[in-house]
Amino acid sequence: MATYIIRRLIWGVFMLAIVSVITFAIFFLVPRLAGATSESLATRYVGRTASAEQVKVAAEKLGFNDPLVVQYGRFAKGLVAGAEYDYGPGVEHCPAPCFGYSFLTRLPVWPDLLNRLPVTISLSLGAAVIWLIGGVATGVISALRRGSFFDRAAMTIALGGVSLPIFFTGIVSLVVFSYGRPFALAAPGGSFTPFFDNPVMWAYNLTLPWITLAFLYAAGYARLTRSGMLETMNEDYIRTARAKGLAERTVVFKHGLRGALTPILTIFGLDLGLLMGGAVLTESTFSLPGIGKYAIDAITNQDLPKVMGVTLVAAFFVVLANLVVDLLYAVVDPRVRLT
Amino acid sequence: MMRKTTLGVTAMGAVLALALAACGGGPTATPSQSGAAPAGGGAKAAFNAALTQVYNPSDKKGGIMKFANAGDWDSLDPADTYYGYSWNFIRLYGRALVMFKPAPGKESSELVPDLAETLGVPSDDAKTWTYKLRAGVKFEDGTPITSKDVKYGVMRSFDKEVFPDGYTYFNDTLDWPKDYKGPYKSKGVNVDSAISTPDDQTIVFHLKQPYSGFDYFAQLPATIPVPEAKDTGAKYREHVISSGPYKFDKNDIGKGFNLVRNDQWDPATDPNRKALPDGYDVRTNVNADDIDNRVLSGDLHVDIAGTGAQPATLGRVLTDPNLKANTDNPTITRLWYTSINGNVKPLDNLDCRKAVEYAADKVAYQTAYGGEFSGGQIATSLLPPGIPGHADINPYPSGPDNHGDVTKAKEHLTACGQPNGFETNISYRAERPKEKATAEALQQSLAKVGIKLTLKPFPQADYFALYAGKPGYAKDNKLGLAINGWGADWPDGYGFLQQIVDSRVIRETGGSSNISVRDPEVDKLLDQASLETDTAKREPIWAQIDQKVMDNAFILPGLWAKSLLLRGKGVTNVFVSDATGMYDYLNMGLE
Repeated sequence: MATYIIRRLIWGVFMLAIVSVITFAIFFLVPRLAGATSESLATRYVGRTASAEQVKVAAEKLGFNDPLVVQYGRFAKGLVAGAEYDYGPGVEHCPAPCFGYSFLTRLPVWPDLLNRLPVTISLSLGAAVIWLIGGVATGVISALRRGSFFDRAAMTIALGGVSLPIFFTGIVSLVVFSYGRPFALAAPGGSFTPFFDNPVMWAYNLTLPWITLAFLYAAGYARLTRSGMLETMNEDYIRTARAKGLAERTVVFKHGLRGALTPILTIFGLDLGLLMGGAVLTESTFSLPGIGKYAIDAITNQDLPKVMGVTLVAAFFVVLANLVVDLLYAVVDPRVRLT
Repeated sequence: MMRKTTLGVTAMGAVLALALAACGGGPTATPSQSGAAPAGGGAKAAFNAALTQVYNPSDKKGGIMKFANAGDWDSLDPADTYYGYSWNFIRLYGRALVMFKPAPGKESSELVPDLAETLGVPSDDAKTWTYKLRAGVKFEDGTPITSKDVKYGVMRSFDKEVFPDGYTYFNDTLDWPKDYKGPYKSKGVNVDSAISTPDDQTIVFHLKQPYSGFDYFAQLPATIPVPEAKDTGAKYREHVISSGPYKFDKNDIGKGFNLVRNDQWDPATDPNRKALPDGYDVRTNVNADDIDNRVLSGDLHVDIAGTGAQPATLGRVLTDPNLKANTDNPTITRLWYTSINGNVKPLDNLDCRKAVEYAADKVAYQTAYGGEFSGGQIATSLLPPGIPGHADINPYPSGPDNHGDVTKAKEHLTACGQPNGFETNISYRAERPKEKATAEALQQSLAKVGIKLTLKPFPQADYFALYAGKPGYAKDNKLGLAINGWGADWPDGYGFLQQIVDSRVIRETGGSSNISVRDPEVDKLLDQASLETDTAKREPIWAQIDQKVMDNAFILPGLWAKSLLLRGKGVTNVFVSDATGMYDYLNMGLE
């Protein structure tokens, strides 16, 4: 087991390195292939009326004149050894992992990311709990009462859930439950109450984003669970369990659901990993200052250090989620052995 | 400035406002301080009710004003900010030497002293400008503000490596020592040749060349005092030391910040500010549609960007009389236009250029930018109505319905030896769908007289540096027409015209916004105006320049931009300022 985890972690670091190289190439190499020069790249980060001399100075300061390999090397070095930053009256040390300083806000990227992580984690975990419980429960009941009114209604709603995008359901829920309402759910854009500051306000302000996000995912999980349960409940070992005289509840939850859980676990791990890297649409719709909104703003402004930082954080969560899912396979499914 | 700035007052708006003033009259007290929002406003909700008068005037104090921004500040640091809304908002926590009068309509284009006792006193040759500071003004920590703090504020703004977002007016015009690089890199260097402070209350600016409009520079945020001992360079934006009625409480860059009252601000030293709310809560990077919906529902008071409602909101607001009654539609000092490049044949011929002017369908131009309310008012010359010196001229009427005058266009085509039309290219910024739509609209309307346009999109980041703004490239690639746009940093003819009509700003290496105007007579008029310290004599020169550029048909004016602003519920003292083209944030309060 330990060897397996170490091997996967080394592979994960390698994956992150590849992701960083590709991201770097997309934002630095591709524009240059399209004809952009150091100066034209720098013009995005200086005032509208900056002179050619000022643009040159900015290009030099941002390091655009160095070969791309050197620029990437500087970024990688910052990650492991930190970097120095001249803020005018003095020089500041940016400790490792230093993702660099934003081209626009001149603030270090890593503290900014850490600052936004609680928002994304709160949103993702809260929504995950809702969709996992809601989706799986709905799927189980639908499977057990196949063809019933509940089954048909639940699957119709589920179809709506997977079909409607967040920016539609989110806006509708804001109009119905938030705008101008005396007890408006969802905090006014851009605000977020940390859990440890006020758990009640934390939950209250996130209720609408949680439900909206969970609606999208729960629908898929309900359908997945239903089909998995229908298949599992027809297995021979279920008939054997019943023949042994086990209670129906034990048959369904201990034998049926456990068997149907493996594919759900896979999807759940990947979904949660992706969301941890930024629930882009939900955060944008509800103006939540999380990793996803940070990513959108960074890409819109072509703020490369931010883009690099957020991409690596998102990739890290996906890699981590995959590892955790693989480890959980062994727990859920007795047939799986990790070597 | 990276924002459409000033508005103008349309004739229709003025008539409507007069009618409203006649039947209006606020329910609450009229403002008491001179220079602040004047009496005569109204609280009756009506379209454009805050355009030329104060809507809902009041002196009531208290409450927290809630602002939201779809983007984020370039910087809260006075040395490093170049957004119109930032210059508008910064007056809450900083006092520059001079400011635009916080009043509606034409008055808002007037400069009034702020930290200074009076406007600048120029020397005879307009090369030296002197300001005396008011006594008793303090920073938020109680330290008295001196002329040295103002000087230091301007000095630090020089360093564009540390403050790349700001403007370069002071860098370019003051007589700095050779090789000066700002106070961080040129520590201890004497800069008295550029700025001297004979005593703690006096500051003198020394210019390289005479400039009659220096008071406009003195209203820039860089003249907000900065205490050298508290300066943290690029990190100063995290906590700017206040000299105004509010100071920073929390500042979480990228998310938002809070302002609270500055107890060291003395209203006796400040005739311009009311300081009505107890504080401000500002959220940044908020979904733009969410902002509109929250302003309409009353959850938010102001969309701080001041660029107008989103397309999704426009349809809803304009079709609902109740919602529309809480909006204002100012014309701002931004011109959307098309450069006609005389370097590209056959547009080197005046008549060929005039044919383009006549053939253009102005209504299609307006539609391409979003129509009457969010696109703009059809422009007939360069100077927007909000710029002092604007004259109503229309040298090339585009037919009775503004769809173009085909007959006149054909006459001029014949006169230029191209009776069947000609072919040329039109460039636009690829990332701007409105510019693409404009290019297509011109392609269709000019085709009616045989002028065949081929569309050439270019990346906006390099549009001026490498393509349309690079004379050699434009000529070699036959970019006869180039979609363009320009907004003034403040409502002044020099600020509006110089960068787009002075032939001397055109560089062979590219980068200039002036793509097409090359006229020595225009250059001379600009020089004449920059020496003229008498406003009454200076302003007519802007009209002369406008007429001259139009006569030579170097620019096809499209629209004077407009925006549809949403008035927040329960907000008092609401009015649009000509200086910024948006609501004046200085003296707003809450019911």
